[in-house]
Amino acid sequence: MLKVTIDNIPVEVEDGTTILNAARKIGGNVVPPAMCYYSKLKGSGGKCRTCLVRVAQSSAKDPRPMPKLVASCSTPVQDGMVVQNLTSPEVIEARKGIVEFLLLNHPLDCPVCDQAGECDLQDLSFGYGMEETATEEERREYPVIDIGENIKLHMNRCILCYRCVYVADQLTDQRLHGVLYRGDVSEISTFIQNSVTNEFSGNVIDVCPVGALTDKTFRFKSRVWFLKPMNAHRECGKCSGKVAAWMFGSEIYRITGRKDQYGELETFICNECRFEKKESTDWVMEGPRHIKRQSVISSNHYEEMKEQSIIHPIEGTMEKKE
Amino acid sequence: MKSLTNRSRVVSNKQMNFWERIYFPAILNGMRITFGHLFRKKTTVQYPEVKREYSDIYRGKHVLKRDEEGRERCTACGLCAVACPAEAITMVAAERKPGEEHLYREEKYAIVYEINMLRCIFCGDCEEACPKEAIFLTPELVKSEYSRDKFTYGKDELVEPLDPAKRIDVSKRQTAEVLEFKKNKKYKHNK
Repeated sequence: MLKVTIDNIPVEVEDGTTILNAARKIGGNVVPPAMCYYSKLKGSGGKCRTCLVRVAQSSAKDPRPMPKLVASCSTPVQDGMVVQNLTSPEVIEARKGIVEFLLLNHPLDCPVCDQAGECDLQDLSFGYGMEETATEEERREYPVIDIGENIKLHMNRCILCYRCVYVADQLTDQRLHGVLYRGDVSEISTFIQNSVTNEFSGNVIDVCPVGALTDKTFRFKSRVWFLKPMNAHRECGKCSGKVAAWMFGSEIYRITGRKDQYGELETFICNECRFEKKESTDWVMEGPRHIKRQSVISSNHYEEMKEQSIIHPIEGTMEKKE
Repeated sequence: MKSLTNRSRVVSNKQMNFWERIYFPAILNGMRITFGHLFRKKTTVQYPEVKREYSDIYRGKHVLKRDEEGRERCTACGLCAVACPAEAITMVAAERKPGEEHLYREEKYAIVYEINMLRCIFCGDCEEACPKEAIFLTPELVKSEYSRDKFTYGKDELVEPLDPAKRIDVSKRQTAEVLEFKKNKKYKHNK
């Protein structure tokens, strides 16, 4: 076990843990934001640079600080390491720059985008971003294309985190899409308008931190904050069948996987559950999902039903209703 | 016990004196106040003939603006509905089809947009929340009706006319900073 201190909070972690995972063990504000790292995908991380932290002391043996900010998702901890995340103004400043770079080509079409309200980039720019853009050049623009019959790709919004490529690589037998070209012209694409047909391909929608890959069956149907996310499950031969059903009244508007507090899926779900089962009779409802109070989705969202009581008119006492 | 306010009075049972018992001075004092009101400035106006002056930024009936080319600005983003404290606004979005570019500004538009004028409290939060400068409140009043159903205004009542002469001017509602920003063609918003 190695002893690490992150933002003055000590924690003991196993050998080989990254700084980000050590911070997640503490939880709360010390966890650096991550746009490309995904704990369930091997090899992910190290691309977006939003999780940069300052290492004030490399280890107990070598107390010198690391010369540059390091990406916490891909740097393993050492014994006696002292890490600064929010306590270092340098990190906050760097993150501001990173957000500016991520938004450099990102179209600010949040009013149109289906991801708005549950978008990691929106949260990040709200937390660290500047109000203004420093550039006046045109943003790069790509046509909107369909990859597969249920997935829409808005390449304009992509931040090239590669998560969807890892999902296709590690979850399915044959990857049909990838990143073409290099540098600032690189783009996610299928090879010559091929369609992605694997039965787990819908998970690329959930792992996408922005609105680049969106559900065509939910396209422009509603805004996420008008819907109520419910835990639901069904018997499914291909996947666990545990999903989040986004309800509007008694209607199911869309099905997604269940995301944990870091926006990562608990289990990957199959396309049949995601795209085809949209009747409320298909699902067994378990109850409302937990939504952070700070989220826009939490408006009018109640996590438990209060037991109804009757006030006795004369004695003023309360009775539990049957 | 200490009283909660300083307005409470101790009740006494003292006998009234002679002047208080004949009530005449109290009646005269009451009449003085009553007739004194006759010579005050009137607080009412004779409505159809005289109209009260409205503020330039009076918050009355809403309008859904079009842009300079006559395209609807609203993209059905739902921010007005989520900002609305009275939950008066509902909308359904639709995707713009090829060939409709002259009607709608963005690829998504509101196919149904309804404001329940009976719920609306005319706070102007929708106007403030709108990222597309689509909804504004105008000094126009909501007309009275005989039936409650008619107060749910749809797009036919809210969207401003296509005819440039009949457009509704909202420039007085925008602050000097906003008008200055709109002049700057550097921002994509203004192109």
